[in-house]
Amino acid sequence: MDSDDEQTIPLSQRPEWADVKPVPQDDGPNPVVPIAYTDEFRETMDYFRAVYLSDEHSSRSLQLTSEAINLNAGNYTVWHFRRLILESLNADLHEELDFVENIAKKNSKNYQIWHHRRWLAEKLGPDAAFREIEFTKKILSLDAKNYHAWSHRQWVLKTLGGWEDELEYCNQLLRDDIFNNSAWNQRHFVVTRSPLLGGLDAMRDSEVDYTIEAIITYPENESSWRYLRGLYKNDLKSWVNDPRVSSVCLKILSTKTRCIFALSTLLDLICHGFQPSPEYEEAVNALPLQRSDVGPSSSSLAETICSVLEAIDPLRGNYWNWRKEQLPALVT
Amino acid sequence: MVELVAEKHVQYVISVEKKKDSFESVVMEHLRMNGAYWGLTTLDLLGKLQVVDQDEVISWVMQCQHESGGFGGNIGHDPHILYTLSAVQVLALFDKIQILDVSKVTNYVVGLQNEDGSFSGDMWGEVDTRFSYIAICCLSLLHQLDKIDVEKAVNYIVRCKNLDGGFGCTPGGESHAGQIFCCVGALAITGSLHHVDKDLLGWWLCERQVKSGGLNGRPEKLPDVCYSWWVLSSLIMIDRVHWIDKEKLAKFILDCQDLEKGGISDRPDDAVDVFHTYFGVAGLSLLEYPGVKAVDPAYALPVDVVNKILISSS
Repeated sequence: MDSDDEQTIPLSQRPEWADVKPVPQDDGPNPVVPIAYTDEFRETMDYFRAVYLSDEHSSRSLQLTSEAINLNAGNYTVWHFRRLILESLNADLHEELDFVENIAKKNSKNYQIWHHRRWLAEKLGPDAAFREIEFTKKILSLDAKNYHAWSHRQWVLKTLGGWEDELEYCNQLLRDDIFNNSAWNQRHFVVTRSPLLGGLDAMRDSEVDYTIEAIITYPENESSWRYLRGLYKNDLKSWVNDPRVSSVCLKILSTKTRCIFALSTLLDLICHGFQPSPEYEEAVNALPLQRSDVGPSSSSLAETICSVLEAIDPLRGNYWNWRKEQLPALVT
Repeated sequence: MVELVAEKHVQYVISVEKKKDSFESVVMEHLRMNGAYWGLTTLDLLGKLQVVDQDEVISWVMQCQHESGGFGGNIGHDPHILYTLSAVQVLALFDKIQILDVSKVTNYVVGLQNEDGSFSGDMWGEVDTRFSYIAICCLSLLHQLDKIDVEKAVNYIVRCKNLDGGFGCTPGGESHAGQIFCCVGALAITGSLHHVDKDLLGWWLCERQVKSGGLNGRPEKLPDVCYSWWVLSSLIMIDRVHWIDKEKLAKFILDCQDLEKGGISDRPDDAVDVFHTYFGVAGLSLLEYPGVKAVDPAYALPVDVVNKILISSS
């Protein structure tokens, strides 16, 4: 819908289209919801319908689909027809990548573009991996949480490869924004699936160190805490027994920070058998709170943590209250 | 607290597609079937479905059906599973599913299941857990769920489960409230909710509520009325909806209304659209707001509509 389009010559006045009779939109009899279309859009779609119905796979049809996509990149029928034409004409798919790249600049959250891109990359094979990795990087530099771009990138890695710099790419994005949950998710994806890193078992130790550093920098980061927990997937025992996990909770709480995730992680640890030393109780008791919020001082550490959470996170008060009711008998 | 201006929303929905707003009509043209579903379901939840001429709607819906059995987003558009479910849902609202050639629609949907249990959206093969939900919901409404490999379909969804308890679009994809609705909905319809780690997912979902009372779809993202549907329906399906502050959420949705012209926006003071109007009204329905009909959290249709269909088979 940019201003250049207004200066194009109407299709009805172009000699190469003189032999085509446009087909108007059929909105059905007495349309329930009659739609007002702009003149240019109407004319383009009328000609599109004509070539679509006559199944004309020609270079002028291809050009027409470009114009239709420029007017509305969401029209999936136009994209479908474009693929049929590209196949019939045996077109240069590298040129097509350029076309998509231009459209994507304006419409990076459009499903059709990404699907078309995947179709192209699939046809081009492993040689396309590098360009696709760079393409998604460009889109992610504009919006680092674009779900479509991440989805495409993961597909490229799984299908075509290109894993070499992926962990470093995650590092870079997390340096830019440590709260970027998409980048943390990608980190998990790389650490668990990259054929070059040896899997989670080989990576856990260094990843725990990395994550703990991230947590200490910004304790109120839901993503880093969940990532830390995910590193011990299917291995609760190591999680409970790794002193780095419990001590990061203590370190944060000792600074009198009312950190929801430090408290909830400590709570989870205790529920799974962690035996807290007296320092933990002291740190929790020293948190700045109204004493009346947290009930009798005779309660166990786990109960106190639940009460503190209920007081500092009232939106989820019922959740923390439920956690208190669920506490195993051992820790109450 | 501001009240729901139901009558204004009804007027807004009726007027929305007649509006001479060219940009909106251009971008909506190919997904008019979704628009019809959002608008008509809103009207039904507000008890005003009778204001539309159902014969005209049904005749238009049927003209969008392709010979393959699938439906396009408008007349003359290619079939896609997205619009096939919306078409079935619109017919369901009018209690007219029986006019469908059920085996034809079923064959279309069944043909989209892949070897690994996942579903493609159409003949071009894009795979996404959204399409798993759509296929399962659609076939269930047609009483044809036994025509696909349900076990494989469920296993694929389970492969998309993440360490935070949520689900993504494909295995390894980031958890996103919209995808979570699709996966939990599909598991609910197929009686497979035991695959969900309800406490872990419930906590992740209730962490989506931010100070304004609104819900976001992923950590550190802005709240948006559409997540009132995706998050809330998921919490209800896993029986954890009492973990959020419902009153604050209702206030957030009501604050997103255009009190003069009707319609609901994504966030307070933004422009309204029919998509957010539907999700706002459906969200209030899940919060049991007075004057709004109950909506089914899995089928995304009024409860009375779903009951009529599900009971008619047994």
